[in-house]
Amino acid sequence: MDQTAPLADLPHQHVLFADGMALECGASLPELAVAYRTYGALNAERSNAVLVCHALTGDQYVAEPHPITGKDGWWDAVVGPGRPIDTGRYFVICANVLGGCMGSTGPRSLRDAAGTRWGTDFPPVTIRDMVRAQKRLIDHLGISRLFAVIGGSMGGMQALQWAADYPDAVFAALPIATAAYHSAQNIAFHEVGRQAIFADPDWQGGRYWQTERIPARGLAVARMCAHITYLSEEALARKFGRRLQDAPKSAGEAISLFGDMFEVESYLHHQGSTFVRRFDANSYLTITRAMDYFDLAADHGGDLATAFRGTTTRFLLVSFTSDWLFPTAESRAIARALNRAGANVSFVEIPSDKGHDAFLLDEPDFHRTLAGFLSGCAARAGLAAHD
Amino acid sequence: MTDQVRFLAKNLRVDLRLIAGMIEPSTRVLDIGCGDGTLIDELFTTKGCDARGIEIDMAEVTRAVAHGLPVMHGDADSDLAHYPDDAFDYVVLSRTLQAVERPREVLRQMLRIGTRAVVSFPNFGHWLVRWQLLRRGRMPMTATWDRMWYETPNIHPCTIHDFFDLCAVEGYAVERWLAADEAGRRAPWRRFPRLANLFGEQAVFLLRRGAMLPPRPPGAGGGSSGG
Repeated sequence: MDQTAPLADLPHQHVLFADGMALECGASLPELAVAYRTYGALNAERSNAVLVCHALTGDQYVAEPHPITGKDGWWDAVVGPGRPIDTGRYFVICANVLGGCMGSTGPRSLRDAAGTRWGTDFPPVTIRDMVRAQKRLIDHLGISRLFAVIGGSMGGMQALQWAADYPDAVFAALPIATAAYHSAQNIAFHEVGRQAIFADPDWQGGRYWQTERIPARGLAVARMCAHITYLSEEALARKFGRRLQDAPKSAGEAISLFGDMFEVESYLHHQGSTFVRRFDANSYLTITRAMDYFDLAADHGGDLATAFRGTTTRFLLVSFTSDWLFPTAESRAIARALNRAGANVSFVEIPSDKGHDAFLLDEPDFHRTLAGFLSGCAARAGLAAHD
Repeated sequence: MTDQVRFLAKNLRVDLRLIAGMIEPSTRVLDIGCGDGTLIDELFTTKGCDARGIEIDMAEVTRAVAHGLPVMHGDADSDLAHYPDDAFDYVVLSRTLQAVERPREVLRQMLRIGTRAVVSFPNFGHWLVRWQLLRRGRMPMTATWDRMWYETPNIHPCTIHDFFDLCAVEGYAVERWLAADEAGRRAPWRRFPRLANLFGEQAVFLLRRGAMLPPRPPGAGGGSSGG
């Protein structure tokens, strides 16, 4: 794990805003790069654009092989021809978030002409900053109103922020498996991950990019810890139970104390080691912090309904029964705030034993719900039906 | 629209057709206990209403949303409090009043968030119900009241008379009302509350908040013009 090579500087499709961007914290980025991918075609009226917002460790490669891992896009089951977000009908956009490590401006970016990277000097960003960077991209693409903004987990936070900040630019918002603020428990789990990174000597105070070593062990532990929160107890029991990886071959062979014992351990090790090949530790610190800061109601005088007062955006909230990281109660609280604001809201809890990760996985009821909601919105938005 | 199910008006449940007849076009409607959203779909497609729904059964909610209808999972007893005053022109409660925990509070909430309420309920005063209880001394089992007492969700059955009384106590104006049999036929007895209470298997009431007109007491005669 310690020999993991630093992230390669791959070319990513992007737009560069030379005038930079002022951040909520007061700092300014001298220039802003937004890396993005699009799927499908923008119609003549520019009215069929769907912005997909990715989660903490996601990226813009929604529906195509990942340039580093070669794996299918992270939402391949949802985005594509004939899929719930039908690229035959909608123009799908996904941007790497501000603070990310797949081509958008973040801690890995160069801060000056001398080739110095931002590292831990990268200013703290917020979900709102991420959304403002996406808005720059949408403006750049000549789209004045998005047909829909959709995202799960941190992507759902962005969808909520979009609807609150640019109500006229969002016809439909679909915050999935998310919350209007990051709970103390969620912040606590993030902090464990951050401390694991800080504790790795290879982190080198965040200046690991100056050497060839990266804090792979710390980042892997952060990922392992986080990954447990993405699954449910039932899912872990179903996938691994108490099965042992390698039973001792002979009676004389001692049971190892530190090797892979249970299958679930080896699974987590695998999750950790593959993650560090595609993600930057400082980005992980920056983005987890952005999630922790998120509290949409606090930004609106403590009442979430105020954030959406008078909105004409149509909302679909979806939660999953076994998701204990962003439980149904959080989605219900958003739905009720939207009711108080008089908004048009649909809200469904999907039965699933797959935990928080359910939004990324094959959940037919969820996919049917998404497709139907979007179709209904398309009818009301006057979007031409596809043939 | 290829993948969107459209319900045909002729297949509309009888009481839903009667309710739809009481709702003006292009109005804002909330349907509480909307099931798979048949009524809100009908109101949207034929009357251009901004119709939304609340449903407690998650499978029905999923079905409705998958049909493109704005429906949220919620409970009449606990979710209405989260809507602002005057958010809707009509709030509909079809065949659900008898199943909620606090019918009186639900009605109050309906007429707080909506200018008008449309309420339909199965009439426990129907002669067959009375006859079965009298003759057999057991809880009635009819086409309408078809679940055993220990498993019925209908914990607050009432008669048409009872409902008139509640409206009087709460000061709701009964703008229109009608009684019908299960097939939706509105025979001559519909004009007379006493007969309606005996022969009507279900009733539909259109209520308005704040009694500008005192509600008609039972027995005073004069049903509505129907739907």
